[in-house]
Amino acid sequence: MSPIVLAVGLVTVIGLICAVGLSIASKVMAVPVDERFGPVRECLPGANCGACGYAGCDAYAQALISGEGVKTNLCVPGGAAAAQGVSAALGVAAEEVVPMMAYVRCNGTCENTSVKQEYKSAKGCAAAKLFYGGDGACTYGCLGFGDCAAVCPKEAIDLVNGVAKVDPDLCIGCAMCSKVCPNHIIDMIPAASKVVVTCSSKAKGPVAMKACKVSCIGCKKCEKTCPSGAITVTDNLAYIDQSKCTACGLCAEVCPKKCITVR
Amino acid sequence: MKELAIILLGGILVNNYPLAKFLGICPFLGVSKKLDSASGMSIAVIFVMMLATAVTWPIQKLLLDPNGFGYLQTIVFILVIAALVQLVEIILKKYVPALHASLGIYLPLITTNCAVLGVTVLNIDEGYSFVESIVNAFGCGMGFFLAMVLFCGVRSRIEDCNPPKSFEGLPITLVAASITSVSFMGFAGIIENLFK
Repeated sequence: MSPIVLAVGLVTVIGLICAVGLSIASKVMAVPVDERFGPVRECLPGANCGACGYAGCDAYAQALISGEGVKTNLCVPGGAAAAQGVSAALGVAAEEVVPMMAYVRCNGTCENTSVKQEYKSAKGCAAAKLFYGGDGACTYGCLGFGDCAAVCPKEAIDLVNGVAKVDPDLCIGCAMCSKVCPNHIIDMIPAASKVVVTCSSKAKGPVAMKACKVSCIGCKKCEKTCPSGAITVTDNLAYIDQSKCTACGLCAEVCPKKCITVR
Repeated sequence: MKELAIILLGGILVNNYPLAKFLGICPFLGVSKKLDSASGMSIAVIFVMMLATAVTWPIQKLLLDPNGFGYLQTIVFILVIAALVQLVEIILKKYVPALHASLGIYLPLITTNCAVLGVTVLNIDEGYSFVESIVNAFGCGMGFFLAMVLFCGVRSRIEDCNPPKSFEGLPITLVAASITSVSFMGFAGIIENLFK
């Protein structure tokens, strides 16, 4: 027999042994996959944003079918549709989902605030923050280097005039920007919210006033005016409880620094 | 024992696969962005290198060489290594899910990695015995690990240093890789003199 036939035969035999071995192994050692995984996973949007508190959509779907009382309404980007789909696939009652959106609590644009130092070093808010709290006069506000815009999966954040702006139509409420902001000025609020505070400064009145034209000075006028008791001022900063807010707009009218706005 | 130590240290430093022999460059450039993926990939490579050597050495010495099929080395080794890695993945998935979760994603990448094929072929070319081959495979794997971790650190420094626009991304990474490689050239000849 010619050596080439032998060689071809040898490789074929080795290949056959490998193939048979692998197919037997995959049959014998097959790991059973829960048949509910596919339908549940299909209901989730696949953004892998982690808003549900799991590592990604796959991990959330796995947790859901493991049946350890994991709630079906944790997916923020998917909203009510995803919750209903998942509940139907699992055969449990659907729960309501409040659509959320990110909101940047700062209005320190180039006109309203000033720069205290020139910063030319590593890019990004986190790096700038390390260097004397950023280059702006106010150390509480938007740093303006766009860490939030970089992390946003939907490109919903733009830097307008030195301040990050969230496009409410594009925002899916995944809260990734909120986690990455070194000044923690991005709040997750119900998408239906009408009245918002556009400042994060906890500095005392005179200091805040010097740093920015539209800073909250903690004068408590809004707290006294609000008829439904939705506003509290703590640490020189106003907070609105969106569950109590009736969107009457009185607070925005009395605010001397115009740092409460009605959207 | 002395020979084994020379082979081991030689595999790690002198014959470092990505930096001195330029094998396995693809994962070296591709997976070295983050430390956890770089080390995960390297551990998988060490594991597969030793396993592949343990399987291919007997095949070469007992099956191919006696029958005059030495020239089939490359194709047979690729075939065997690919099947072996797939088998290992199936076994890990079934019996050690935790290990599969951390190494599993890298195993298919390694299936046809030239560093793995390289170590098996070079073991035969160097005329190593079975034990020497295994030690060499471990050493080369450790060398790969060292190179990956080192280069991961280099890359994270590059990320922070604002290279010129035209150098951003792969070009500056290749420049950095070549400089790291030059530093490993300095190890040539050290190991033999170490054990004199």
